Amino acid sequence: MTTQVNDNRYDEAQLQVQFDATIEAKDRIEPRDWMPEAYRKTLIRQVAQHAHSEIIGMQPEGNWISRAPSLRRKAILLAKVQDEAGHGLYLYSAAETLGATRNELTEKLVAGRQKYSSIFNYPTLSYTDVGTIGWLVDGAAICNQVPLCRTSFGPYGRAMIRICKEESFHQRQGYELLMTMMRGTEAQREMVQESVNRFWWPSLMMFGPPDDNSPNTEQSMAWGIKTHTNDELRQKFVDMSVPQAEALGVTFPDENLKWNEERGHYDFSTPNWDEFWDVVKGNGPCNEQRVAHRKRAWDEGAWVREAALAFAENQAAEEAAK
Amino acid sequence: MTETNSGPASANGSAAKAAATSANGTETKASSTRGEWPLYEVFVRGKRGLNHVHVGSLHAADDQMALHHARDVYTRRNEGVSIWVVRAADITASSPDEKDPMFAPSGDKVYRHPTFYDIPSDVPHM
Repeated sequence: MTTQVNDNRYDEAQLQVQFDATIEAKDRIEPRDWMPEAYRKTLIRQVAQHAHSEIIGMQPEGNWISRAPSLRRKAILLAKVQDEAGHGLYLYSAAETLGATRNELTEKLVAGRQKYSSIFNYPTLSYTDVGTIGWLVDGAAICNQVPLCRTSFGPYGRAMIRICKEESFHQRQGYELLMTMMRGTEAQREMVQESVNRFWWPSLMMFGPPDDNSPNTEQSMAWGIKTHTNDELRQKFVDMSVPQAEALGVTFPDENLKWNEERGHYDFSTPNWDEFWDVVKGNGPCNEQRVAHRKRAWDEGAWVREAALAFAENQAAEEAAK
Repeated sequence: MTETNSGPASANGSAAKAAATSANGTETKASSTRGEWPLYEVFVRGKRGLNHVHVGSLHAADDQMALHHARDVYTRRNEGVSIWVVRAADITASSPDEKDPMFAPSGDKVYRHPTFYDIPSDVPHM
């Protein structure tokens, strides 16, 4: 008995050494490899949250499909929302390789036990918001996701590669939509500026809390799950966005936003973190609506899932009887 | 079907029961995960001349639905000309451990590689 226990301990230590060496070599961990339980848990939490964000993210834009101003814009918006569904599915599939089940993840989402990006708790008040979301929200998502293509867990990285390829379409269609409106009437230009004003701060918050208040960052970086800190990515996004705003002819609602020659970066104000935490805790403008909508779709779709399964079983039984 | 059998009623009953249980095996299993559709792995041939490559997985009630879902999820932008789907449960895999003896036989056979053989550099087309 004692030898057995010792052997197991020795094995575990050996496995940890192999795992550490794989991470150290910047090689990838694959689903059936041994991994520390905390690594698995952290990844399930992060990948599930990411998947939920894609699925919940269909709602604010889906809101405008039936009211898109032309058939061209409607086709684009449909394709974009369909992509978000696809991205959610790539990510759920990655989470499942870690031992989570799809139903369990969805049930945790609709029960409010797993989070999604707080950005989707803000409403889309005008069709212009479709453009702003494409430009700023998907732009911020790209900033976050490009480094994740090299994350240490293989299936997550591969899902991110597929997603990043498609996000580029999302950002460009949004920017083009806004450019079109900026070439329109004065009222249309005002709509763009108003929309940008509403989405700028929530977009900056998408990178998560500041580094000194982000308890998971250090461990996630040691494991190669994250490769950049929240503040590094936020700065990168600000630096990228300012010239894009200038080209578009809009401003960001921050009087402290200016180039800092010494740092080689734009300075900007601190986002309102109280608002961020409030939205994360469930008090944003649309939290309840988003989760209720997802829950309704899940509950009302139950009979379809059951019927499809029953049909498949009948077909299989008939096939077997032949 | 068991009604046509002329055997003793009690034996019949238990046989029918056993058959029902085994035929419903998947359902019994599925209902324990609250009716989850089985998991399929998806392989896509990017274009003629290339192998099918694993791209990810999805859930579907049956093979046909798995193919349709695979088209919608993994080939929205002409990523493929052919799709294979296979139930994840039907895949047999080697152990993931690199030190697995499974791959040991090829480890020490350097003579299987062309670079093992020294050929003078002035010999053409080698």
